[in-house]
Amino acid sequence: MWSSWSHARRLTVLTVVGTIVLLPIVIFVLGPNMPPGKNTNVGDQQVFDNTVLLVVMTPFTVFILAYLLYAVFTFRADPAEPERDGAPIRGHMPSQVAWLTTTTIAVLFLAIFGSAELLTSGAGGGQGPKPIAKPSGSVLPVQVIAQQWEFTYRYPTYGGVETAQLEIPVDTEIAFHVTSLDAIHSFWAYELGVKADANPGVDNIAYVKSKQTRDFQIRCAELCGLWHGYMYDTGKVVTHDEFTTWIAQQKQLYAGSLKYLPPYSTSYAPDPTFRAG
Amino acid sequence: MSGGGGKKLLAVVVGVGVVAALIVAYIVSLTNGPTPYRPAAQGKTVDLKLQTVAAIGPKLSPNATWVSYLVNENGTWKRSTVWTLPANATVHVTILNYDGRSGLRNPFLAQARGIDGNKFEVNGKPMGSINPDDASHTFAIPDLNVIVPIFGVADDAKNQCGDAPCDESMAHETITFTFHTGKKGHYRWQCFVPCAAGFVYGFGGPMQTIGYMDGFINVV
Repeated sequence: MWSSWSHARRLTVLTVVGTIVLLPIVIFVLGPNMPPGKNTNVGDQQVFDNTVLLVVMTPFTVFILAYLLYAVFTFRADPAEPERDGAPIRGHMPSQVAWLTTTTIAVLFLAIFGSAELLTSGAGGGQGPKPIAKPSGSVLPVQVIAQQWEFTYRYPTYGGVETAQLEIPVDTEIAFHVTSLDAIHSFWAYELGVKADANPGVDNIAYVKSKQTRDFQIRCAELCGLWHGYMYDTGKVVTHDEFTTWIAQQKQLYAGSLKYLPPYSTSYAPDPTFRAG
Repeated sequence: MSGGGGKKLLAVVVGVGVVAALIVAYIVSLTNGPTPYRPAAQGKTVDLKLQTVAAIGPKLSPNATWVSYLVNENGTWKRSTVWTLPANATVHVTILNYDGRSGLRNPFLAQARGIDGNKFEVNGKPMGSINPDDASHTFAIPDLNVIVPIFGVADDAKNQCGDAPCDESMAHETITFTFHTGKKGHYRWQCFVPCAAGFVYGFGGPMQTIGYMDGFINVV
Protein backbone atom coordinates (compact mmCIF):
# COMPACT_ATOMS: atom_id res chain seq x y z
CA MET A 1 0.00 0.00 0.00
CA TRP A 2 1.26 3.45 -0.95
CA SER A 3 1.65 6.01 1.79
CA SER A 4 -0.51 9.12 1.87
CA TRP A 5 2.58 11.19 0.96
CA SER A 6 3.14 9.24 -2.24
CA HIS A 7 -0.51 9.88 -3.20
CA ALA A 8 0.03 13.57 -2.49
CA ARG A 9 3.21 13.65 -4.58
CA ARG A 10 1.50 11.98 -7.53
CA LEU A 11 -1.49 14.35 -7.31
CA THR A 12 0.81 17.36 -7.10
CA VAL A 13 2.73 16.24 -10.18
CA LEU A 14 -0.51 15.61 -12.09
CA THR A 15 -1.84 19.03 -11.10
CA VAL A 16 1.34 20.90 -11.98
CA VAL A 17 1.77 19.13 -15.32
CA GLY A 18 -1.92 19.56 -16.22
CA THR A 19 -1.79 23.22 -15.30
CA ILE A 20 1.39 23.82 -17.32
CA VAL A 21 -0.24 22.18 -20.36
CA LEU A 22 -3.58 23.99 -20.01
CA LEU A 23 -2.47 27.50 -19.03
CA PRO A 24 -1.11 28.50 -22.47
CA ILE A 25 -4.37 27.26 -24.03
CA VAL A 26 -6.38 29.26 -21.50
CA ILE A 27 -4.32 32.43 -21.95
CA PHE A 28 -3.74 32.40 -25.69
CA VAL A 29 -6.74 30.49 -27.10
CA LEU A 30 -9.70 30.76 -24.71
CA GLY A 31 -8.85 34.12 -23.18
CA PRO A 32 -9.03 36.32 -26.29
CA ASN A 33 -12.39 34.75 -27.14
CA MET A 34 -14.00 35.38 -23.79
CA PRO A 35 -17.19 37.47 -23.73
CA PRO A 36 -18.11 40.20 -24.47
CA GLY A 37 -15.32 40.66 -27.02
CA LYS A 38 -12.84 43.47 -27.45
CA ASN A 39 -15.11 45.94 -29.23
CA THR A 40 -14.83 48.68 -26.62
CA ASN A 41 -12.49 49.82 -23.87
CA VAL A 42 -14.69 48.24 -21.17
CA GLY A 43 -15.10 45.12 -23.31
CA ASP A 44 -11.30 44.88 -23.39
CA GLN A 45 -11.16 45.09 -19.60
CA GLN A 46 -13.89 42.49 -19.19
CA VAL A 47 -12.09 40.06 -21.49
CA PHE A 48 -8.92 40.60 -19.44
CA ASP A 49 -10.83 40.12 -16.16
CA ASN A 50 -12.49 36.94 -17.40
CA THR A 51 -9.12 35.62 -18.57
CA VAL A 52 -7.58 36.29 -15.14
CA LEU A 53 -10.49 34.46 -13.48
CA LEU A 54 -9.97 31.55 -15.82
CA VAL A 55 -6.22 31.46 -15.14
CA VAL A 56 -6.77 31.45 -11.37
CA MET A 57 -9.35 28.71 -11.50
CA THR A 58 -7.33 26.50 -13.88
CA PRO A 59 -5.00 24.81 -11.29
CA PHE A 60 -7.93 24.20 -8.94
CA THR A 61 -10.02 22.68 -11.71
CA VAL A 62 -7.09 20.53 -12.82
CA PHE A 63 -6.46 19.39 -9.22
CA ILE A 64 -10.13 18.46 -8.63
CA LEU A 65 -10.38 16.53 -11.90
CA ALA A 66 -7.01 14.85 -11.33
CA TYR A 67 -8.03 13.90 -7.78
CA LEU A 68 -11.33 12.45 -9.07
CA LEU A 69 -9.69 10.36 -11.79
CA TYR A 70 -6.80 9.33 -9.50
CA ALA A 71 -9.24 8.19 -6.81
CA VAL A 72 -11.38 6.25 -9.27
CA PHE A 73 -8.39 4.34 -10.61
CA THR A 74 -6.19 4.01 -7.52
CA PHE A 75 -8.78 3.25 -4.86
CA ARG A 76 -11.06 1.06 -6.93
CA ALA A 77 -12.06 -2.27 -5.36
CA ASP A 78 -10.50 -5.49 -6.50
CA PRO A 79 -13.31 -7.64 -7.97
CA ALA A 80 -11.72 -10.69 -6.34
CA GLU A 81 -11.89 -9.22 -2.87
CA PRO A 82 -14.98 -9.81 -0.73
CA GLU A 83 -17.33 -6.87 -0.25
CA ARG A 84 -16.48 -4.97 2.91
CA ASP A 85 -16.63 -1.56 4.52
CA GLY A 86 -14.00 0.96 3.48
CA ALA A 87 -11.49 2.30 5.93
CA PRO A 88 -12.90 4.95 8.28
CA ILE A 89 -12.40 8.51 7.03
CA ARG A 90 -10.43 10.72 9.36
CA GLY A 91 -9.24 14.28 9.04
CA HIS A 92 -5.83 14.88 7.46
CA MET A 93 -4.48 18.14 8.84
CA PRO A 94 -1.76 18.83 6.23
CA SER A 95 -4.22 18.35 3.36
CA GLN A 96 -6.83 20.54 5.04
CA VAL A 97 -4.32 23.30 5.74
CA ALA A 98 -2.95 23.17 2.18
CA TRP A 99 -6.44 23.32 0.62
CA LEU A 100 -7.71 26.10 2.89
CA THR A 101 -4.52 28.14 2.43
CA THR A 102 -4.44 27.99 -1.36
CA THR A 103 -8.17 28.61 -1.84
CA THR A 104 -8.11 31.48 0.66
CA ILE A 105 -5.20 33.10 -1.16
CA ALA A 106 -7.02 32.69 -4.48
CA VAL A 107 -10.31 34.12 -3.19
CA LEU A 108 -8.60 37.06 -1.47
CA PHE A 109 -6.58 37.79 -4.62
CA LEU A 110 -9.74 37.77 -6.74
CA ALA A 111 -11.57 39.99 -4.26
CA ILE A 112 -8.75 42.56 -4.32
CA PHE A 113 -8.28 42.25 -8.08
CA GLY A 114 -12.03 42.57 -8.76
CA SER A 115 -12.40 45.57 -6.45
CA ALA A 116 -9.40 47.28 -8.05
CA GLU A 117 -10.85 46.70 -11.53
CA LEU A 118 -14.23 48.11 -10.50
CA LEU A 119 -12.65 51.15 -8.87
CA THR A 120 -10.36 51.93 -11.78
CA SER A 121 -12.63 51.23 -14.74
CA GLY A 122 -16.23 50.71 -13.62
CA ALA A 123 -16.18 47.57 -15.78
CA GLY A 124 -19.07 48.74 -17.96
CA GLY A 125 -21.64 48.52 -15.20
CA GLY A 126 -23.77 51.37 -13.96
CA GLN A 127 -21.99 53.22 -11.20
CA GLY A 128 -24.93 55.24 -9.94
CA PRO A 129 -25.22 59.01 -10.10
CA LYS A 130 -21.72 59.62 -8.67
CA PRO A 131 -19.28 57.32 -10.48
CA ILE A 132 -15.97 56.59 -8.83
CA ALA A 133 -14.22 55.58 -12.05
CA LYS A 134 -14.51 58.46 -14.49
CA PRO A 135 -12.74 58.68 -17.84
CA SER A 136 -10.50 61.63 -18.47
CA GLY A 137 -11.38 64.10 -21.21
CA SER A 138 -14.74 64.98 -22.71
CA VAL A 139 -17.68 62.60 -22.84
CA LEU A 140 -20.86 62.52 -24.90
CA PRO A 141 -23.85 61.99 -22.59
CA VAL A 142 -26.64 59.76 -23.92
CA GLN A 143 -29.66 59.15 -21.76
CA VAL A 144 -31.27 55.72 -21.92
CA ILE A 145 -34.95 55.89 -20.88
CA ALA A 146 -36.53 52.53 -20.14
CA GLN A 147 -40.29 52.12 -20.03
CA GLN A 148 -42.72 49.24 -20.38
CA TRP A 149 -41.69 48.08 -22.98
CA GLU A 150 -39.25 50.05 -25.03
CA PHE A 151 -35.96 51.89 -24.69
CA THR A 152 -35.81 55.45 -25.96
CA TYR A 153 -32.71 57.66 -26.03
CA ARG A 154 -32.12 61.31 -25.31
CA TYR A 155 -29.16 63.44 -26.40
CA PRO A 156 -28.84 66.47 -24.06
CA THR A 157 -26.00 68.05 -26.08
CA TYR A 158 -28.16 68.03 -29.20
CA GLY A 159 -31.10 70.04 -27.93
CA GLY A 160 -32.42 67.24 -25.75
CA VAL A 161 -33.85 65.39 -28.74
CA GLU A 162 -35.30 61.97 -27.92
CA THR A 163 -35.02 59.14 -30.42
CA ALA A 164 -36.38 55.65 -30.89
CA GLN A 165 -33.02 54.27 -32.03
CA LEU A 166 -29.58 54.41 -30.45
CA GLU A 167 -26.56 55.57 -32.43
CA ILE A 168 -23.22 56.60 -30.99
CA PRO A 169 -20.04 57.85 -32.66
CA VAL A 170 -16.98 55.63 -32.79
CA ASP A 171 -13.86 56.39 -30.75
CA THR A 172 -15.80 58.72 -28.46
CA GLU A 173 -16.22 58.36 -24.72
CA ILE A 174 -19.96 57.86 -24.10
CA ALA A 175 -21.64 58.34 -20.74
CA PHE A 176 -24.88 56.34 -20.72
CA HIS A 177 -27.27 57.85 -18.19
CA VAL A 178 -29.69 54.99 -17.59
CA THR A 179 -33.05 55.60 -15.94
CA SER A 180 -36.61 54.29 -16.01
CA LEU A 181 -40.07 55.81 -16.11
CA ASP A 182 -41.87 52.93 -14.45
CA ALA A 183 -40.64 49.50 -13.36
CA ILE A 184 -37.05 48.26 -12.91
CA HIS A 185 -35.40 47.47 -16.23
CA SER A 186 -31.78 46.85 -17.21
CA PHE A 187 -29.96 48.26 -20.22
CA TRP A 188 -27.73 45.55 -21.63
CA ALA A 189 -25.67 46.38 -24.71
CA TYR A 190 -23.80 43.08 -24.90
CA GLU A 191 -21.22 43.80 -27.60
CA LEU A 192 -20.34 47.10 -25.91
CA GLY A 193 -19.77 45.39 -22.57
CA VAL A 194 -22.34 47.65 -20.90
CA LYS A 195 -25.00 46.45 -18.48
CA ALA A 196 -26.67 48.98 -16.20
CA ASP A 197 -29.88 48.75 -14.20
CA ALA A 198 -32.62 51.21 -15.10
CA ASN A 199 -34.35 52.26 -11.91
CA PRO A 200 -37.04 54.92 -11.66
CA GLY A 201 -35.69 58.11 -10.13
CA VAL A 202 -32.06 57.00 -10.46
CA ASP A 203 -29.36 58.23 -12.87
CA ASN A 204 -27.19 55.17 -13.37
CA ILE A 205 -24.06 56.15 -15.29
CA ALA A 206 -21.97 53.73 -17.38
CA TYR A 207 -19.03 54.78 -19.54
CA VAL A 208 -17.88 53.16 -22.77
CA LYS A 209 -15.70 53.98 -25.76
CA SER A 210 -16.17 51.94 -28.91
CA LYS A 211 -13.12 51.07 -31.01
CA GLN A 212 -14.92 50.19 -34.23
CA THR A 213 -18.13 50.86 -36.15
CA ARG A 214 -20.62 48.02 -35.79
CA ASP A 215 -24.18 47.07 -34.84
CA PHE A 216 -24.85 45.89 -31.31
CA GLN A 217 -27.75 44.22 -29.58
CA ILE A 218 -29.67 45.91 -26.79
CA ARG A 219 -31.83 43.90 -24.43
CA CYS A 220 -33.64 44.44 -21.19
CA ALA A 221 -31.94 42.18 -18.63
CA GLU A 222 -34.47 42.59 -15.84
CA LEU A 223 -37.80 40.77 -15.90
CA CYS A 224 -40.14 43.74 -16.30
CA GLY A 225 -43.57 42.49 -17.29
CA LEU A 226 -45.59 41.09 -20.17
CA TRP A 227 -43.40 42.21 -23.07
CA HIS A 228 -40.01 41.92 -21.33
CA GLY A 229 -38.95 39.32 -23.90
CA TYR A 230 -39.73 41.78 -26.71
CA MET A 231 -37.81 44.66 -25.17
CA TYR A 232 -34.84 44.59 -27.49
CA ASP A 233 -33.30 46.86 -30.03
CA THR A 234 -30.30 47.15 -32.33
CA GLY A 235 -27.91 50.03 -31.78
CA LYS A 236 -25.21 51.32 -34.08
CA VAL A 237 -21.69 52.60 -33.63
CA VAL A 238 -21.07 54.89 -36.60
CA THR A 239 -18.42 57.30 -37.85
CA HIS A 240 -18.45 60.89 -36.60
CA ASP A 241 -19.76 62.17 -39.93
CA GLU A 242 -22.54 59.60 -40.01
CA PHE A 243 -23.47 60.46 -36.44
CA THR A 244 -23.59 64.19 -37.20
CA THR A 245 -25.89 63.56 -40.16
CA TRP A 246 -28.08 61.13 -38.22
CA ILE A 247 -28.58 63.31 -35.16
CA ALA A 248 -29.51 66.27 -37.39
CA GLN A 249 -32.12 64.06 -39.09
CA GLN A 250 -33.47 62.94 -35.72
CA LYS A 251 -33.88 66.54 -34.54
CA GLN A 252 -35.90 67.22 -37.66
CA LEU A 253 -37.86 63.97 -37.50
CA TYR A 254 -38.84 64.31 -33.84
CA ALA A 255 -39.41 68.07 -33.78
CA GLY A 256 -43.10 67.31 -33.16
CA SER A 257 -42.44 65.62 -29.83
CA LEU A 258 -39.51 67.83 -28.80
CA LYS A 259 -41.83 70.69 -27.85
CA TYR A 260 -43.68 68.42 -25.42
CA LEU A 261 -40.63 66.89 -23.73
CA PRO A 262 -39.80 68.03 -20.21
CA PRO A 263 -36.45 69.81 -19.78
CA TYR A 264 -33.58 67.35 -19.78
CA SER A 265 -33.17 65.82 -16.37
CA THR A 266 -31.11 62.98 -14.98
CA SER A 267 -34.38 61.23 -14.05
CA TYR A 268 -38.09 61.87 -14.46
CA ALA A 269 -41.05 61.46 -12.15
CA PRO A 270 -44.32 61.62 -14.10
CA ASP A 271 -47.38 62.03 -11.89
CA PRO A 272 -48.51 58.44 -11.34
CA THR A 273 -51.99 59.39 -10.18
CA PHE A 274 -52.85 61.33 -13.29
CA ARG A 275 -51.15 58.87 -15.60
CA ALA A 276 -52.98 55.91 -14.15
CA GLY A 277 -56.26 57.32 -15.44
CA MET B 1 -49.63 -9.60 -6.70
CA SER B 2 -51.98 -9.32 -3.74
CA GLY B 3 -55.28 -7.40 -3.93
CA GLY B 4 -53.96 -4.62 -1.72
CA GLY B 5 -50.81 -4.22 -3.83
CA GLY B 6 -52.86 -4.06 -7.02
CA LYS B 7 -55.05 -1.28 -5.62
CA LYS B 8 -52.00 0.71 -4.57
CA LEU B 9 -50.45 0.34 -8.02
CA LEU B 10 -53.72 1.40 -9.64
CA ALA B 11 -53.92 4.45 -7.36
CA VAL B 12 -50.35 5.43 -8.25
CA VAL B 13 -51.02 5.00 -12.00
CA VAL B 14 -54.25 7.04 -11.81
CA GLY B 15 -52.55 9.72 -9.70
CA VAL B 16 -49.62 10.04 -12.10
CA GLY B 17 -52.05 10.11 -15.02
CA VAL B 18 -54.10 12.93 -13.46
CA VAL B 19 -51.00 15.00 -12.70
CA ALA B 20 -49.63 14.43 -16.22
CA ALA B 21 -52.98 15.46 -17.74
CA LEU B 22 -53.02 18.64 -15.64
CA ILE B 23 -49.46 19.49 -16.73
CA VAL B 24 -50.30 18.89 -20.39
CA ALA B 25 -53.48 20.99 -20.09
CA TYR B 26 -51.47 23.81 -18.49
CA ILE B 27 -48.83 23.74 -21.22
CA VAL B 28 -51.50 23.66 -23.94
CA SER B 29 -53.26 26.63 -22.33
CA LEU B 30 -49.97 28.54 -22.35
CA THR B 31 -49.02 27.71 -25.93
CA ASN B 32 -52.47 28.02 -27.49
CA GLY B 33 -53.45 31.66 -27.60
CA PRO B 34 -56.77 33.04 -28.72
CA THR B 35 -57.86 32.35 -32.29
CA PRO B 36 -56.45 35.17 -34.43
CA TYR B 37 -58.85 37.44 -36.28
CA ARG B 38 -58.09 37.56 -40.00
CA PRO B 39 -59.70 40.56 -41.64
CA ALA B 40 -60.71 40.20 -45.28
CA ALA B 41 -58.06 41.53 -47.63
CA GLN B 42 -58.68 43.10 -51.01
CA GLY B 43 -55.46 42.27 -52.77
CA LYS B 44 -52.81 43.73 -50.50
CA THR B 45 -55.14 46.14 -48.73
CA VAL B 46 -56.78 45.47 -45.39
CA ASP B 47 -59.25 47.49 -43.35
CA LEU B 48 -58.94 47.12 -39.59
CA LYS B 49 -61.63 48.69 -37.44
CA LEU B 50 -61.03 48.93 -33.72
CA GLN B 51 -62.53 50.58 -30.70
CA THR B 52 -61.05 51.39 -27.33
CA VAL B 53 -63.28 51.41 -24.29
CA ALA B 54 -62.82 52.45 -20.68
CA ALA B 55 -64.58 49.32 -19.39
CA ILE B 56 -65.01 46.10 -21.32
CA GLY B 57 -68.22 45.24 -19.47
CA PRO B 58 -69.59 41.91 -18.24
CA LYS B 59 -70.83 40.76 -21.64
CA LEU B 60 -67.34 40.50 -23.13
CA SER B 61 -65.10 39.69 -20.18
CA PRO B 62 -65.15 38.50 -16.60
CA ASN B 63 -62.91 41.50 -15.88
CA ALA B 64 -65.75 43.92 -16.54
CA THR B 65 -63.93 47.06 -15.36
CA TRP B 66 -60.81 46.57 -17.44
CA VAL B 67 -59.93 48.96 -20.24
CA SER B 68 -59.70 47.22 -23.60
CA TYR B 69 -59.37 47.27 -27.35
CA LEU B 70 -62.09 45.62 -29.42
CA VAL B 71 -61.99 44.59 -33.07
CA ASN B 72 -64.88 44.70 -35.50
CA GLU B 73 -65.32 41.24 -37.03
CA ASN B 74 -67.88 41.39 -39.83
CA GLY B 75 -69.97 43.99 -38.04
CA THR B 76 -69.67 42.53 -34.55
CA TRP B 77 -67.38 43.94 -31.87
CA LYS B 78 -65.20 41.26 -30.30
CA ARG B 79 -62.48 41.26 -27.66
CA SER B 80 -59.67 39.88 -29.78
CA THR B 81 -56.18 41.38 -29.92
CA VAL B 82 -54.44 38.73 -32.01
CA TRP B 83 -54.77 39.41 -35.71
CA THR B 84 -53.44 37.83 -38.87
CA LEU B 85 -52.47 40.21 -41.65
CA PRO B 86 -50.87 39.60 -45.05
CA ALA B 87 -47.22 40.48 -45.60
CA ASN B 88 -46.32 43.65 -47.50
CA ALA B 89 -49.90 44.84 -47.13
CA THR B 90 -51.34 48.30 -46.69
CA VAL B 91 -53.46 48.39 -43.56
CA HIS B 92 -56.04 51.14 -43.13
CA VAL B 93 -56.85 51.43 -39.44
CA THR B 94 -59.88 53.15 -37.93
CA ILE B 95 -60.00 53.44 -34.16
CA LEU B 96 -63.13 54.66 -32.41
CA ASN B 97 -61.95 55.79 -29.01
CA TYR B 98 -64.56 56.05 -26.26
CA ASP B 99 -62.13 56.48 -23.40
CA GLY B 100 -61.05 59.65 -21.59
CA ARG B 101 -57.67 61.35 -21.45
CA SER B 102 -55.17 59.80 -19.07
CA GLY B 103 -51.90 61.07 -20.54
CA LEU B 104 -48.63 59.59 -21.70
CA ARG B 105 -45.90 58.78 -19.24
CA ASN B 106 -43.30 59.59 -21.91
CA PRO B 107 -44.32 62.64 -24.00
CA PHE B 108 -41.97 61.44 -26.76
CA LEU B 109 -44.63 58.90 -27.72
CA ALA B 110 -47.13 61.68 -28.50
CA GLN B 111 -45.66 61.94 -31.99
CA ALA B 112 -46.76 59.43 -34.62
CA ARG B 113 -44.18 57.46 -36.56
CA GLY B 114 -44.06 54.50 -38.90
CA ILE B 115 -47.33 55.39 -40.63
CA ASP B 116 -48.00 56.96 -44.03
CA GLY B 117 -46.68 60.51 -44.00
CA ASN B 118 -46.19 60.18 -40.25
CA LYS B 119 -49.68 61.67 -40.06
CA PHE B 120 -52.94 60.39 -38.64
CA GLU B 121 -56.38 61.93 -38.61
CA VAL B 122 -58.45 62.81 -35.58
CA ASN B 123 -62.06 63.27 -36.65
CA GLY B 124 -60.82 63.95 -40.17
CA LYS B 125 -58.16 66.48 -39.12
CA PRO B 126 -54.58 65.51 -40.06
CA MET B 127 -52.10 65.57 -37.16
CA GLY B 128 -48.51 64.52 -36.56
CA SER B 129 -48.63 64.64 -32.78
CA ILE B 130 -50.98 65.54 -29.96
CA ASN B 131 -50.57 67.08 -26.56
CA PRO B 132 -49.33 64.11 -24.48
CA ASP B 133 -51.82 64.95 -21.73
CA ASP B 134 -54.68 64.47 -24.20
CA ALA B 135 -53.66 60.91 -25.02
CA SER B 136 -56.05 58.21 -24.03
CA HIS B 137 -54.02 55.30 -25.40
CA THR B 138 -51.50 54.49 -28.10
CA PHE B 139 -51.54 51.95 -30.86
CA ALA B 140 -47.93 50.82 -31.15
CA ILE B 141 -46.11 48.03 -32.98
CA PRO B 142 -42.55 48.73 -31.80
CA ASP B 143 -40.87 46.22 -34.09
CA LEU B 144 -42.47 47.89 -37.12
CA ASN B 145 -41.62 51.30 -35.63
CA VAL B 146 -45.36 52.12 -35.64
CA ILE B 147 -46.80 54.34 -32.96
CA VAL B 148 -49.96 56.44 -33.00
CA PRO B 149 -51.26 58.37 -30.01
CA ILE B 150 -55.00 58.01 -29.49
CA PHE B 151 -56.75 61.29 -28.72
CA GLY B 152 -59.04 60.98 -25.70
CA VAL B 153 -62.65 61.98 -25.16
CA ALA B 154 -63.05 65.20 -23.16
CA ASP B 155 -64.04 64.76 -19.52
CA ASP B 156 -67.15 66.89 -19.97
CA ALA B 157 -68.35 65.15 -23.15
CA LYS B 158 -72.00 64.19 -23.10
CA ASN B 159 -73.35 60.68 -23.65
CA GLN B 160 -70.16 58.89 -22.65
CA CYS B 161 -70.05 55.14 -23.02
CA GLY B 162 -70.20 52.95 -19.92
CA ASP B 163 -69.62 49.31 -20.78
CA ALA B 164 -68.51 47.96 -24.15
CA PRO B 165 -69.36 47.50 -26.89
CA CYS B 166 -69.98 51.20 -27.40
CA ASP B 167 -72.32 52.61 -29.99
CA GLU B 168 -71.16 55.20 -32.51
CA SER B 169 -73.87 57.56 -31.26
CA MET B 170 -71.92 57.84 -28.00
CA ALA B 171 -69.09 60.33 -27.39
CA HIS B 172 -65.97 59.21 -29.18
CA GLU B 173 -62.97 60.32 -31.21
CA THR B 174 -62.25 58.76 -34.58
CA ILE B 175 -58.59 58.14 -35.37
CA THR B 176 -57.52 56.89 -38.80
CA PHE B 177 -54.11 56.08 -40.23
CA THR B 178 -52.35 53.69 -42.60
CA PHE B 179 -49.34 51.49 -42.02
CA HIS B 180 -47.58 48.72 -43.94
CA THR B 181 -46.94 45.25 -42.61
CA GLY B 182 -43.63 44.52 -44.36
CA LYS B 183 -42.11 41.07 -44.13
CA LYS B 184 -43.56 37.99 -42.47
CA GLY B 185 -43.21 37.81 -38.72
CA HIS B 186 -44.82 37.74 -35.31
CA TYR B 187 -45.10 41.24 -33.91
CA ARG B 188 -46.44 42.34 -30.55
CA TRP B 189 -48.51 45.47 -30.29
CA GLN B 190 -49.30 47.39 -27.15
CA CYS B 191 -50.61 50.54 -25.52
CA PHE B 192 -47.97 52.81 -23.97
CA VAL B 193 -50.34 54.83 -21.83
CA PRO B 194 -50.51 53.48 -18.27
CA CYS B 195 -54.27 53.25 -18.58
CA ALA B 196 -55.10 50.37 -16.24
CA ALA B 197 -57.12 52.26 -13.66
CA GLY B 198 -57.01 50.69 -10.23
CA PHE B 199 -53.59 49.12 -10.68
CA VAL B 200 -50.24 50.37 -9.38
CA TYR B 201 -49.10 53.19 -11.67
CA GLY B 202 -51.71 52.01 -14.19
CA PHE B 203 -49.53 49.17 -15.47
CA GLY B 204 -51.26 46.07 -14.13
CA GLY B 205 -54.26 44.00 -15.23
CA PRO B 206 -55.24 44.84 -18.80
CA MET B 207 -51.77 46.26 -19.55
CA GLN B 208 -50.19 42.94 -18.62
CA THR B 209 -52.75 40.60 -20.16
CA ILE B 210 -53.04 39.74 -23.84
CA GLY B 211 -56.60 40.32 -25.00
CA TYR B 212 -57.07 43.81 -23.61
CA MET B 213 -54.40 46.47 -24.28
CA ASP B 214 -51.80 44.13 -25.80
CA GLY B 215 -51.75 41.62 -28.60
CA PHE B 216 -49.96 40.06 -31.53
CA ILE B 217 -50.01 40.66 -35.23
CA ASN B 218 -49.14 37.58 -37.26
CA VAL B 219 -47.88 38.76 -40.62
CA VAL B 220 -48.14 35.83 -43.03
